[in-house]
Amino acid sequence: MTVATETTTGAVPSPSEEDVIVVNKMNKWYGNFHVLQDIDLTVRKGERIVICGPSGSGKSTLIRTLNRLETYQSGEITVNDILLGDDIKNIEAVRRDVCMVFQHFNLFPHMTVLENLTLAPIWVRKMPKKEAKDLAMHYLERVRIAEQALKFPGQLSGGQQQRVAIARSLCMQPKIMLFDEPTSALDPEMVKEVLDVMVELAKEGMTMLCVTHEMGFAKEVADRVIFMDAGQIVEMAGPQEFFDNPKSDRTKLFLSQILSH
Amino acid sequence: MSENAKSPPLPTGTFMERAVTWSKKNLFDGWFNTILTLGSIAFILWLVPPLVEWGIVNATLAPSIESCKEATGACWGFVNANLRLILFGTYPFDEQWRPLLAMIILMGIICGSLGGVKYAGVRKWIIPMWVIGVPIICILMWGGIFGLTYVQNSYWGGLPLTLILSSIGVIFAFPFGLLLALGRQSNMPAIKTVSVVYIEVIRGVPLITVLFMASVMFPLFLPDGVTIDKLLRAQIGIILFTAAYLAEVFRGGLQAVPRGQFEAGDSLALSYWQSMRLIVLPQALRLVIPPTVNSFISMFKDTTLVVIIGLFDFLGTVKLALRSDPAWTKYYVEGYAFAAAIFFLICFSMAKYSAYLEKELRKGEQR
Repeated sequence: MTVATETTTGAVPSPSEEDVIVVNKMNKWYGNFHVLQDIDLTVRKGERIVICGPSGSGKSTLIRTLNRLETYQSGEITVNDILLGDDIKNIEAVRRDVCMVFQHFNLFPHMTVLENLTLAPIWVRKMPKKEAKDLAMHYLERVRIAEQALKFPGQLSGGQQQRVAIARSLCMQPKIMLFDEPTSALDPEMVKEVLDVMVELAKEGMTMLCVTHEMGFAKEVADRVIFMDAGQIVEMAGPQEFFDNPKSDRTKLFLSQILSH
Repeated sequence: MSENAKSPPLPTGTFMERAVTWSKKNLFDGWFNTILTLGSIAFILWLVPPLVEWGIVNATLAPSIESCKEATGACWGFVNANLRLILFGTYPFDEQWRPLLAMIILMGIICGSLGGVKYAGVRKWIIPMWVIGVPIICILMWGGIFGLTYVQNSYWGGLPLTLILSSIGVIFAFPFGLLLALGRQSNMPAIKTVSVVYIEVIRGVPLITVLFMASVMFPLFLPDGVTIDKLLRAQIGIILFTAAYLAEVFRGGLQAVPRGQFEAGDSLALSYWQSMRLIVLPQALRLVIPPTVNSFISMFKDTTLVVIIGLFDFLGTVKLALRSDPAWTKYYVEGYAFAAAIFFLICFSMAKYSAYLEKELRKGEQR
């Protein structure tokens, strides 16, 4: 699957020098199973990182620790200089700036699209209803779905639902966005419409961490590509080097498997 | 089946012809259904005519024992003659307009609240209605001010008592059950343990035991001079008992909400209580409307058990009326039939409302 380029002209801006996420020697266990081992990762503001790897390699778990959907047992994660630990105040502060887009969208089925979008701005940002609605309509237009504002999620296609989910995150005006296999649950013909929206976001300088197998997307927008296997970061490099000249055998094997068809 | 190939054929022919076709298709297709149909018809013929004859044709409404003795059918005169005793129990006879009015107000508030689900205009009045209505009902029932004579609540009885016990029961058991359900799912061990123990213990004993404990055992533990009203004790017993059952119903609903919904709430920085109130509970409670109403219906009928601690609920007053005059005692079938009819009417309304509510809340969001 390749990313179409009609909507994606223009260069990808370079990230700044400022570090927004610092992961230091982070370890996580599920019982005795060591899911994440000594993870070290620094993400700069405006940087776009694609994380790939075989299933069960811990890549989803890694990005889920970054907004505390998963806990970790040792090491340290700081986001915007806030230490992400057990402190609920810190957790909520981090989550206000870090939004997640899920594989299965996780829209709220009992609310209209518009209500899905205005919920967090109204309750978390304490925004007046009118203003939240304007903001929501603005982002719905950006993901090209404004005409569906009053429908319920169940009435939309998968691609439309995922675009709504992206707009819902954008309404929180996050500094960092995490994408957890955003196109894996979609029918093939809907993948492009979602990737187009993500590419646009990348070009606007959003800091993004994206778990995906869409290698076209990685080549086009990523500043760095990370390959994970068995809970470890095996390889981390710029896209050109990563795809043309991978160092580890595991990376080579993985790339040959997913790029062969 | 073959006619269905293109479009459904429109019914043709006269009414009689269509009726014959319909019966052949729905009542007499095959020997098994034919036997069932004939059997059902025979059963209805055996049951209904004698019942109508007893209950309506040969029945008497006259409130005198003489006309009852002459009648070969039902003696509704028993109900007619004792109606006020049955409805209001031992509440002072001249003051019985008060429980009547209180009951009407209570029904009005309940209907208003139920209607509020659909009509936003009514919804904002639900809380004010209860805040204003409940004190008015208390004043009417107890009296003691505004020139109303004081009526001790041991004289309350009949339908108003049943309605008060069950509606106050619903109002308090619902939030308490919800807290217990959330407590049982909590990550905090102390809260979790307390919730689990509470639910299992209360569910494990019969309501009659809870009421008996509340009435007989509980006062023994109170210091001298401190008494808690018997009616209040019964009410608390009913609330505590129902809450344990509701907690498990709600827990089922909470478990049915996908984990992704909690995570979406978390990743939007909503707090635990915001996520619960705005995202999880609306979905969970909608899923458990049928078993919740089930619990309420069962609680409504269980209020009849307060009779064992000497309160006369609606069923209790029917028994009271039967015993009040030995001449009436043999007309117990009529008395219980009347009580059953009223109970059925109320329970059936609840069931109908729950069906309506499910339909109303499902509108527009079919997956």
